[in-house]
Amino acid sequence: MTVPGAWYLGLSVVLFAIGALGVLVRRNVLVMFMCVELMLNAANLAFVTFSRMLDDIGGQALVFFVLVVAAAEVVVGLGIVVAIFRRRQDATADDFHVLKG
Amino acid sequence: MSPAHLLTAALSVSAVRGGTLSLPHIDYLTILPELIFLGGALVMLLHSALIRRTMDAATSTSWALSAATAALVASLVQWYEVSAHGPKVAVAGAVAFDGFSVFVTILVSSATLVAILISHSWLEREGVRGPEMQALMLVSAMGAMLMGAANDLIMVFLGLEILSIALYVLAAFDHRRPASGEAALKYFILGAFSSAVFVYGIALVYGATGTTNLPQIADFLSRNLLLHNGLLLGGLALLLAGFCFKIAAVPFHMWTPDVYQGAPTPVTGFMSAIAKVGGFAALLRVFVSSFGLLRADWQPAIWVIAALTLLLGASVALVQRDVKRMLAYSSINHAGFVLLGLQAATSRGVSDSLYYLFAYAFMALGSFAVVSIVGAKGDGNHRLDAYRSLGRRHPWLAAAFTVFLLGQAGIPFTTGFLAKLAVVEAAVEAHSVWLAGIAMVSAVVAAFFYLGLVRLMWAAPAADAPVAGAPAGAMASVGAATASMQPAERVSAGALASPVGTAAGQVSGSAAGSPAGAGSTSGEEAGSTSEETEEPALSTPLGVGIAIALCAGVTVVFGVIPAPLLDFAHQATLLIR
Repeated sequence: MTVPGAWYLGLSVVLFAIGALGVLVRRNVLVMFMCVELMLNAANLAFVTFSRMLDDIGGQALVFFVLVVAAAEVVVGLGIVVAIFRRRQDATADDFHVLKG
Repeated sequence: MSPAHLLTAALSVSAVRGGTLSLPHIDYLTILPELIFLGGALVMLLHSALIRRTMDAATSTSWALSAATAALVASLVQWYEVSAHGPKVAVAGAVAFDGFSVFVTILVSSATLVAILISHSWLEREGVRGPEMQALMLVSAMGAMLMGAANDLIMVFLGLEILSIALYVLAAFDHRRPASGEAALKYFILGAFSSAVFVYGIALVYGATGTTNLPQIADFLSRNLLLHNGLLLGGLALLLAGFCFKIAAVPFHMWTPDVYQGAPTPVTGFMSAIAKVGGFAALLRVFVSSFGLLRADWQPAIWVIAALTLLLGASVALVQRDVKRMLAYSSINHAGFVLLGLQAATSRGVSDSLYYLFAYAFMALGSFAVVSIVGAKGDGNHRLDAYRSLGRRHPWLAAAFTVFLLGQAGIPFTTGFLAKLAVVEAAVEAHSVWLAGIAMVSAVVAAFFYLGLVRLMWAAPAADAPVAGAPAGAMASVGAATASMQPAERVSAGALASPVGTAAGQVSGSAAGSPAGAGSTSGEEAGSTSEETEEPALSTPLGVGIAIALCAGVTVVFGVIPAPLLDFAHQATLLIR
């Protein structure tokens, strides 16, 4: 069975939408991180799909750049979370109240 | 060829020829300032990792300052190279080497120099040890330079991430104030979200055009007429959203006041200058030079974003009670002005946007330098009330802040005035008369809070009589700065007069030739603030004093003698690849 490229693109759009919705709706910081990862990987899926559809290997190599950046981002993000939550109990964004906005 | 093609080409070649990699030719001059910044940061971090004793602020500052100075010199060499031999692409097409990129590099390295001086005084005052803050500033500034030089969407993304990831850590640097960590987390989540949106935009543009290389995209668009360009426009919209997060344009500006308020003040100053310069540099290059053919599609969107940014930034700043939040909204307002130049989508518009960024970067850095001093130990004294009758207690500090505020308000004889005039003219020239009108209305609204703060500083707590003295004071310092520009002997005489002036002369002399005169004279002024103690006693250490003097010098000197800087920005756009 062959799966048309458009299906992969559709999946990628759905993943991206789930991720974006998650960042905007969920209140747990770690879940928000995971949603950002979902968005980045949706982009990776789109890169690979386009790469196959255009018959151009470049798009698949771009995925490596995105993967490396995503890893670096998570390292820093988790570092910030650990630094903050040393002095508090849970990781809920609603508990932030020092800055109003 | 994009870095991705490069990687794949290298891999396939290695497979064929039995392990030999064909590496691209790299012209190291084209990325020399970036390499200097990266090298400086690595040396500082390695030094502190290998030597057991924690590095003190003086050592790390001198490392960082020498890296920034070296990068500035390297970028000036680059300028001569570009002027002599014209623009080109380098590192297998991943990096553009043209007037635009060198302009951004010069601006970023000189702004970093100033930011390091401000951070030095903060580190000493707060008793924070270690080189991390300044090393991260160097790395982050390197990201901004890469964004200015990027010739490939993936390079833009890498530059954006290098810039942002270092800034996330910098925002969290003040671990004693909970607000700092909170600001960092907010910045991180929204920043990562916007990066993901940006990457998806790249993916869609790649899908529509088959490349991520900026000239190749322009080439593709000029040779093909897309009948169904929904994919491309969707990608363009996502790219625009990602950029708007970075430059804090209105629908995506929510993080700005909180992050500006929560981050340590020197970091806020650095962020307000560097992140905006980097974001706008890439935005201008991607939209005007690559997607210039689609301008009929994106100009209306930029029109709306610019109008909202201008109006919201100016009006919400009016009601702020915290000076850092106020300056945050003021920076949003400035972003709207820079967008005017982009909306015009002409060579004139781009060069005026560059000029605005130059003027804005130094006014913002100078303002946050003053805020960092007034913030006092603990970096928490940022209510507007803290500035009440500052002119009595610290006349030179208040005078410098007055210059920055009047400059941002767009009062004549400052760079701010000419910059606002230039972008508004560019907008009118491009037939965006209504947008130019909105910009002028927002400038008038913004003048209320700038002048309100000036009035607060100079008016006595009860009487309103000396209000008129404020602009006069600024004029006086304009006169002093220009007078000192002409005779070089007077500068050296002034430099001998006080040790502060000497140091200022040396630093500014080595940093950049132009603002040296004004720098050293007002360096004395800023250095010798009066010591009165009713509010928390404010001391103006040497580093931040020099930084304020440099910024005030740039703001006033280029405001009075605008031709060199305007020509510089114009040349930079002419030499675009």
